[in-house]
Amino acid sequence: MLTLLSVAMMVLDHRENHMDSIRSFLSVIVYPIQSLVNLPRESGYWLSENITTRQALQEENTSLHAQGLLMKFRLQKLETLKAENSRLRQLLDSSSKVEERVIIAELLSVDMAPFSRRVILNKGSLDGVYVGQAILDADGILGQIVRVNPITSTAMLITDPSHALPVAVNRNSLRAIALGTAKSNRLKISHIPNNADIKVGDLLITSGLGGRFPAGYPVAIISEIKRNPDLPFAVIYAEPIGNLESSREVLIAWTAPEANSTPVALSSDPTTAEQDE
Amino acid sequence: MRTRQGGWIVFTTFIAAFVLTIVPMPDWIVLLRPEWAALVLIYWCMALPQRIGVGIGWITGLFVDVLRDGLLGQHALAFGFIAYVTLHLHRRVRVFPIWQQAASVLILIILEQMLILWVKGISGQSPQSWTYWLPSATSMLIWPPVFILLRKIRRYYRIT
Repeated sequence: MLTLLSVAMMVLDHRENHMDSIRSFLSVIVYPIQSLVNLPRESGYWLSENITTRQALQEENTSLHAQGLLMKFRLQKLETLKAENSRLRQLLDSSSKVEERVIIAELLSVDMAPFSRRVILNKGSLDGVYVGQAILDADGILGQIVRVNPITSTAMLITDPSHALPVAVNRNSLRAIALGTAKSNRLKISHIPNNADIKVGDLLITSGLGGRFPAGYPVAIISEIKRNPDLPFAVIYAEPIGNLESSREVLIAWTAPEANSTPVALSSDPTTAEQDE
Repeated sequence: MRTRQGGWIVFTTFIAAFVLTIVPMPDWIVLLRPEWAALVLIYWCMALPQRIGVGIGWITGLFVDVLRDGLLGQHALAFGFIAYVTLHLHRRVRVFPIWQQAASVLILIILEQMLILWVKGISGQSPQSWTYWLPSATSMLIWPPVFILLRKIRRYYRIT
């Protein structure tokens, strides 16, 4: 019986794509376990949200108001800049992407296999999530969706050892690849020649090459460069900007397809950015 | 009536093991996490060999795979295997003193991890460091308290 089971399993193993339906079925069954694990943290948040003093709430309200005002002020400038940008792009005959749609998802605080960096989100295919979407938080890129189940989805963080992310140095748009190292605060930047113009403190942004990630979002800051003349490439490490370990809510982005024929007026229309929840 | 109740208790201990498998921990302790589900499975295979066997082990492993987002089937294979070995050895291991039991648990978990290492190696995602083997050691160290607790539970509810 054991051998029968094992053989059946091995066959199913090799045909991973045939197993997706079984896996998503099982994932719905284990969802109660996952939410049970998530419960203490969730109730902690709930408590701290409910047992705050009136004064603290008022203070928070004031600071949020100030922040909102500041954001609106910046947005005013952004609108004009965006219009100008798309006008210039049209002059150059190059296409620009329309704005991305995002939804907010919450992380389930569960641990996965010890040698990978993956997280579970509480939005799944029922919310329209699909494989390959970028996830980000307020500060930068976090990772991408690698598996979608009906009510949950699995995302691979950019620090996962099997993740590679096309980036560009913001200062001079030098292109590079950022590899995960399984350490939460470290990315390895590979194949940069020793004499390349890159220094500690440089900001890396997504380059948009590869088509998975929207271009222009901050990813990491160069933290360490070792130039060893013996080696063909410099050894460079970067520290991610996004709160990979502490984010509770993340954004799942829908990257819109290339808008070749989009008129200028549409891409500067603020209503294209849509936010659920 | 009694067997039915016993079934629920066994089920609950497995759920508890699943919860412990994915409960979030600080970075340095994650590598030390014992194979909870395997420990519980070994205990029940030893205590109730007529009821818990390879089939239950296989299903347990399948759930661990889904929870840990691994290749579907790797833990199922390994857990089925250790259930099989435990069933063969249960008469001997049951009368061992507790530290000797812990030693056999160490060997069982190493076997389990070895199987998973093979599967991982074949599918091209083998772990890079020796810390992969730490769970075997911690599982051995945690075995005596787990064993005593589960035995208390079993005697309290008179599961046979």
